[in-house]
Parts: sequence; C-alpha cells; structure tokens
Amino acid sequence: MKLSALHQSYLSRRSNSFRSSGPLDSSSDGGYKSPAAVFWIILHCLCCLISLVLGFRFSRLVFFLLFSTSSSNLYTPPFRSAVELAKTLDVHSVLSTNSVANNFRLPFPNKTASNSRVVVGRHGIRIRPWPHPDPVEVMKAHRILERVQKEQRLQFGVKDPRTIIAVTPTYVRTFQALHLTGVMHSLMVVPYDLVWIVVEAGGVSNETASLIEKSGLKTIHVGINQRMPNSWDERHKLESIMRLHALRIVREKKLDGIVMFADDSNMHSMELFDEIQNVKWFGAVSVGILATSANIDESSDRKEEEENPRMPIQGPACNASNMLAGWHTFNTLPFAGKSAVNIDDRLTVLPRKLEWSGFVLNSRLLWKDGEDKPDWIKDIDMLDGDVESPLGLITDPSVVEPLGSCGRQVLLWWLRVEARADSKFPPRWIIDPPLDITVPSKRTPWPDTPPELPVKEKPEMGIQEPIVKHTTKTRTSRSKHRSKRKHETRTDTQVSTKHSEQN
Amino acid sequence: MEIWRWVFIGFLFLADFAVKIQPFKLGRSQPTERISGSAGDVLEDDPVGRLKVFVYELPRKYNKKILQKDPRCLNHMFAAEIYMHRFLLSSPVRTLNPEEADWFYTPVYTTCDLTANGLPLPFKSPRMMRSAIQLISSNWPYWNRTEGADHFFLVPHDFGACFHYQEEKAIERGILPLLQRATLVQTFGQRNHVCLKEGSITIPPYAPPQKMQTHLIPEKTPRSIFVYFRGLFYDVGNDPEGGYYARGARAAVWENFKDNPLFDISTEHPTTYYEDMQRAVFCLCPLGWAPWSPRLVEAVIFGCIPVIIADDIVLPFADAIPWEEIGVFVDEKDVPNLDTILTSIPPEVILRKQRLLANPSMKQAMLFPQPAQPGDAFHQVLNGLARKLPHDKGVYLKPDERVLNWTAGPVGDLKPW
Repeated sequence: MKLSALHQSYLSRRSNSFRSSGPLDSSSDGGYKSPAAVFWIILHCLCCLISLVLGFRFSRLVFFLLFSTSSSNLYTPPFRSAVELAKTLDVHSVLSTNSVANNFRLPFPNKTASNSRVVVGRHGIRIRPWPHPDPVEVMKAHRILERVQKEQRLQFGVKDPRTIIAVTPTYVRTFQALHLTGVMHSLMVVPYDLVWIVVEAGGVSNETASLIEKSGLKTIHVGINQRMPNSWDERHKLESIMRLHALRIVREKKLDGIVMFADDSNMHSMELFDEIQNVKWFGAVSVGILATSANIDESSDRKEEEENPRMPIQGPACNASNMLAGWHTFNTLPFAGKSAVNIDDRLTVLPRKLEWSGFVLNSRLLWKDGEDKPDWIKDIDMLDGDVESPLGLITDPSVVEPLGSCGRQVLLWWLRVEARADSKFPPRWIIDPPLDITVPSKRTPWPDTPPELPVKEKPEMGIQEPIVKHTTKTRTSRSKHRSKRKHETRTDTQVSTKHSEQN
Repeated sequence: MEIWRWVFIGFLFLADFAVKIQPFKLGRSQPTERISGSAGDVLEDDPVGRLKVFVYELPRKYNKKILQKDPRCLNHMFAAEIYMHRFLLSSPVRTLNPEEADWFYTPVYTTCDLTANGLPLPFKSPRMMRSAIQLISSNWPYWNRTEGADHFFLVPHDFGACFHYQEEKAIERGILPLLQRATLVQTFGQRNHVCLKEGSITIPPYAPPQKMQTHLIPEKTPRSIFVYFRGLFYDVGNDPEGGYYARGARAAVWENFKDNPLFDISTEHPTTYYEDMQRAVFCLCPLGWAPWSPRLVEAVIFGCIPVIIADDIVLPFADAIPWEEIGVFVDEKDVPNLDTILTSIPPEVILRKQRLLANPSMKQAMLFPQPAQPGDAFHQVLNGLARKLPHDKGVYLKPDERVLNWTAGPVGDLKPW
C-alpha cells in the first residue's frame, strides 16, 4: 500500500535498527564465516569502490544490462544466476534490503509456500520492445467506446429521439466558409437523424453547394432570388423571410421532427440537441450573446474592470415554480449610437430583441392538417411580411416551454462577424491557376529592403497579407516564379522554384 | 368475492411499497444482471436468524479509549473494525447469552495507532491482541473450550494478522500464533500466502459511502475514457530504483503506456477523481505494497470495470461474488500487452460486465454504510460466518487438550500491553 510505503519512510530510522539487528543475529548465531559469505562481502566492497570511482551506483548498470535483454526473459536471468550462486551460500531468510550493492535479490525459499509463484523481492520492470500506441489497437478501443456510449444513450438518453430539422439562412461572402463549416461540423456530430435546410440569398450557388455536400448529411438546398442587403436591419429582415421560406418547405414536404434554427455564425453545444428533444410543441432556450466590442483601444482599459463583464443572455425567464414568467432580452441602451449599421462597420453588431435561434418548434405545428395541433399557432401561409421572432408565429406567448432547466443553461451562443462587403476571396477557397503575380508590400519587417516600390499589378485574387509575406522572400531571391502551391500542377515551375530557393 | 378483491388490492399496495425501498439511493433504472457466485445467489441473503454472535465486553482501553485518542481512525481505509463493532452492538444477530452463541466477537482496535500522517503502526498490535485474548480466556470459559475456533477477529491491516506493513517482515512473523484457530476477517488476500489462513473471510477496505454519494454524476454522461488510473508508479521514497514497489507492475504500466492516448494515467490528485472514474470504461487496480486497494471498491461503485493486476489475489467475498465475470484479471507478466488484452475483449462481454456492476446489490455489498442497510458488507460478513456453520466436531476440544502455544512468536510480542 502506498500508505505503508509512506510510513516506512517515516520509520526508516527505527526500521533500520530492526534490520541491522537481523544480520547481526544471524552471524552471531552461526559464529562462522563461510567462504561464500566472505565472497559476498568482497563483492560488496568491490561494487562500492567501483561506484565511488564511476560516480553512480554500479549495481544499477549491471542490473539494467541484465534486464534489458528481452521482455520475455526479464524475470528469469537474475533468478537463475542467483540460484547458482545460492548453491554455495547458506541462504538465510534475513538477507535483508540494506545491502546496498546487492542487487541480486534473492527470494525467501524457506518462508514462501511451496506452490506460490509470487515471490517477494525485486522484480524487473517489463517493457515491451516498442512501448508506443498501436493504431490498430487505438481504433479497436474507439469502437468499444462507441458501442458503450451507444448503449448508454439507449438506456439513459432520450427515448425515441425525433429527427432534427435545422434551418440555416446563408449567402455567399468571405466569411461564409468559416461560419458554415462550424455549423456543419456541429450538425455532423449530432447523434440523431438530421435534415438540414439551407436557404441561400441570391439563388443557389455552387459555392455553398460544394461546402454543404462535404457534410454527408441529408440537405435541402434552396435559394431565394433577393440578394443580401448591406445593412444589418435589412439583413435581419431578409433572414426572417428566408426562414419562413424554409418553414414552408417543411410544411410542403411534411417533414416530421423538431425544427431548430442554426444560423451560420452561431456556436452550438451538443447538449442543445439533447435538450430540444424534450420539446412538446414550442420551446425556448437561452442564447448567450457574444456582442463584440470593436473599439478595443478606448474601452478595454477602463471599462472592463468597472462594468460587469457578464455575457448577456436572451431567453425565457422563469419564476420560482419553474413556470415561464417572461423573457430576458438584450439591452441595447449601452450601445446606443455605437452599433454597426452596415455589415462592414467595425462596431458592435447587435442582435434583435429575441433571436430566432433561441426557439425550437415541433414540425407538426407547421403542417396543414395536423391532428392535435394546438390552436395558438398561426398559419404560415397567412403570414407574408417579416416576422421579427418566432413569437410572431403564435398568438399566445405563454404556451412556450422553457428548456435547458428553465433557461438556466446556455446551450448556444450568438455572434455576428463579417468581413467587408467588397472583400473578395477565391471561389471555393481554391487558388487555381496558381498565382504568378507578385505584389511587393509597402512596409516590410526587414530594414534592408527599400521602402517604396513600384506596384506592378493589382492582384485579381484578394488575399492581401499572405501573398505579401511570400513576395518579400522572393524579392531577395530575385525570382518571378513564386507560387503558393495548393496543387502540384506544373513540375517545371516546381523545379524552377527549387532553384530559386537554393539561390 | 368482495373480500378477495380487497385482499388483492391490499397486496398490490404492499408490494408497491416494498419495491420502493432503494438500497444505495442511486435512483437508476439500468438493466442489471443477477449475480451468483460459487456460493449461489447469496448477496441478498439475510443472516438474521441464521447465526448468533456474542460480543465480549472488553475494557475501554481496547477500543473506546483508543478511538478517543485518535478519531481519524473512523475515516481511514481500516475503519471497518470500528464500524463492525458498532454494527454488531445493535444488530439483531447479537445475543447477550453466550451459551447460545455460534460465534464470539472480540472488539479490539488494533489498527488505530496512527502516525502524524495518519498511517497505522502495527508494532504494538500483536501485544494488544495477545492481551485481549488473555483477558477473554481468563474471564470467560469460551476461549478455552475451543481455543478460539468459534471466535472471529477483524484484522484489516495491510497483511492481516501478520501485523506488519512490510511484506518480508510480515511473512517472517506469520499469523499471530494465538489466532491460529480463529476465523480472521481481513482485507488482505493472496493465495498460498502465509498471511491468508484457510477459512478467512476477505472484506473490502472501508471507503466512505457519503463522500462517494456526493460525487455521482448523471448516468447519461458518456464514458469517454478508455483506461483510467491515478496513483504512484514509482515509490521514490522507499524504492528509488524501482522493482520492489508493486513487484514492478505499476512501473511497467507507466513505461509501456505513458504516451498512449487511451490510457489516462498519472500521479496527480485531481479533485474530479470520482467523477472521472464514472467517465471511464476500465479502471486499473494494480497492487501496491499490498495487493488490495480501495480502488476496487471505488470502481465497483462508479460502474467502471476493474482491471486487477495482482497475481494470486483473493478478492472480497470471493465465494459470493463472481469476480472473474465482473472484472478483468491480468497477470503481472502480461502488463506490457495490456492494451491488446483490453481491446480484444468483445463489446458484448464489456456490456455484460457493466450490467453486473450496475446491480445495486453488488454496489451495496462493497460498502459499510452508517446505519447498516440490508445486503451491505456487514451482512455479507455475517453471511460468510453463517455459511461456516454448523461448527464441526474438531472445534470443541477435550478438557485437557491444548493446541495453542502461548509463548510462540517473537520475544517482543510476549511483553504485556
């Protein structure tokens, strides 16, 4: 036991006195010194001297050499050699642990019972020839973990999980790949059946389609003909229209499941998908608002200490008996006048009063002829204008079910970050054909190069900074053929760049 | 017909009420499997009515005064001796008439002499035990009648009644000669070892049930750790070169698997130790200086399959609990192949082991709750004692027959306490 080890150390002084009395007793008992005992003493002195000279415990080296042969033979060599030596010795059971250089640790043949294969004493530390993980084993272990977790889900998770219908409005822009990939990966990990409805402003595009098909999920990709406007207000309005469009699709196709709104720049936790399985008709969860403050310079020093840096949350508010009492919404007053108006303003982007993504509904609410559809749901076909939040879909806001332990758990986070409206990016983020345009930068970190250089050509591709770094390198190597390689297309240019790098 | 209907309704009512009594307040509804060991389905047996135990009234210096001097004895892993005494004092199996008793219990707390760190010193324990036996043999005739063959003692220390923490010394001392005929209830168990007498009952070490209860996490938390272990691999204070501690097995685990992502092993003391065990599929229970460890109890309570790396170990209540079907036994020489061994277990077998572990009677049998509950470790000890009844003829000695040698053992033991 660890504890006995610890108190061994505590009593080392006392126990040493016990131990040292042992061999003294045995030698005084016998009163003789057999030649083998003398041999051991001489060996002990020799090992001590060698250790003194070498500067480390000589016994350790010998021990290591003996034991490092192979893992299967680890246990037997010292045993055998010790047994041979023991034949010439009177093995007293009190050959104790205090003999420093005596690493040929002998077991106690008298005291251990005859059938036991477990002996007291020092054993080798068995290490296999290549003590590193084996990928085949790792994969098998992951299969086992999957199976165990599946069983856990079957027993403790949601019984009869319903299909999740995720609605995402999107449009092609620089940060679309960033945001949509995040949502896509979250949806790919959801353990339930999933249908992903992606509504795109500006019509269906190859850009979005190629992103979505990497998911392997069941997707419905539709487009609406309007282009996404530049101001945030307009954008929110168009997004609402797009979501209603998606709900109409749910109604047409009579999809059965739970509709949730996965905006493409939100962050979702997996518990969200477990929690929304509990919704009966219409539920609400708490959304954490990560409103960015783009004015880093002035506000960071003073304000962060004074004002509470708590994250604002939108969602249902409950009273003491866990019934819905009201709503937490976003307080826009601190940001009055300082919020972003257009997409490329470098100011805080504010959410609406209540974001769509905080609501989930049973898809049967949207069907035309649901059997036990409650009467507080409005018919979608009747709604035409924009609906500010899903509360506009129902007549009686008190029927909303608060989820996530009555709104106390924040299960998803809202954030809007966009690049400039005119920022450009290579289609599908693939640079093809490879770049052969060099644009020198105006400022370099290296003082050697001259500051001002004539600009050769404005690049077609829009990635400003990365190209710049590479071109400074090529400036020093004086080569024109400098390319950022994503495909191995032309070997001759590869050879030429190799030459240029060697120069 | 009317009355039969009422009788039926009344019966349903009672049955409903009876089912609601939950042993270890888990509130789980996981499908479980019945546990049947070599002794049969005995975990749920009730010992009341099957045996009678007489508790000797020893002077306070043997039990209460020692506990008063150091109340830490109530919380360490050897606390079973104290709680067993308390349980027996108020249990229905206790009898105040020694003539009708089947078993006799001597409440002497031999593992309560603690250092500053809280570790028990066994140096005075043989003398204490000897003095207690001298007392009972002179004040009551029941010891001499059988020379202790129908007496039982609780010796939860590292190597049981060998009363030493170091294995070589313990082997050298052997079991206290006076306890040669008595039944020993101990935590240590290793086959063919001097310190395990035939007919001993192995019990689990004491683990605080309240503390474990407060660290339970929801059962739907997915088990994502494959193998979990927290503890020492090398005991640099006492065994700097390695090879003695744990017979080199713990060091082998470290050297072979320290960079393996499946093995979450380290020497840290995290505050989330219990929670992490509930998120693991396998929990390693290797030997240390002695083969037993509270990790086994913790693994069973938290539903983590114990991987026992201790050659020839005898686990608690081995005749009642089929440990082979619940845990995984790995020989110390096979430690380098531990990952292959664990990944080659078929998933159905793993799921079955988890179902067996989830059985509440299994968890209950490993605990010493206060107050005692049906099916807990106290009752399993009594069940074990009841299974040894009736005593055979050799137990009762003829009036002049003397078997025990009262002067055997090291000279230091003969000093009065």
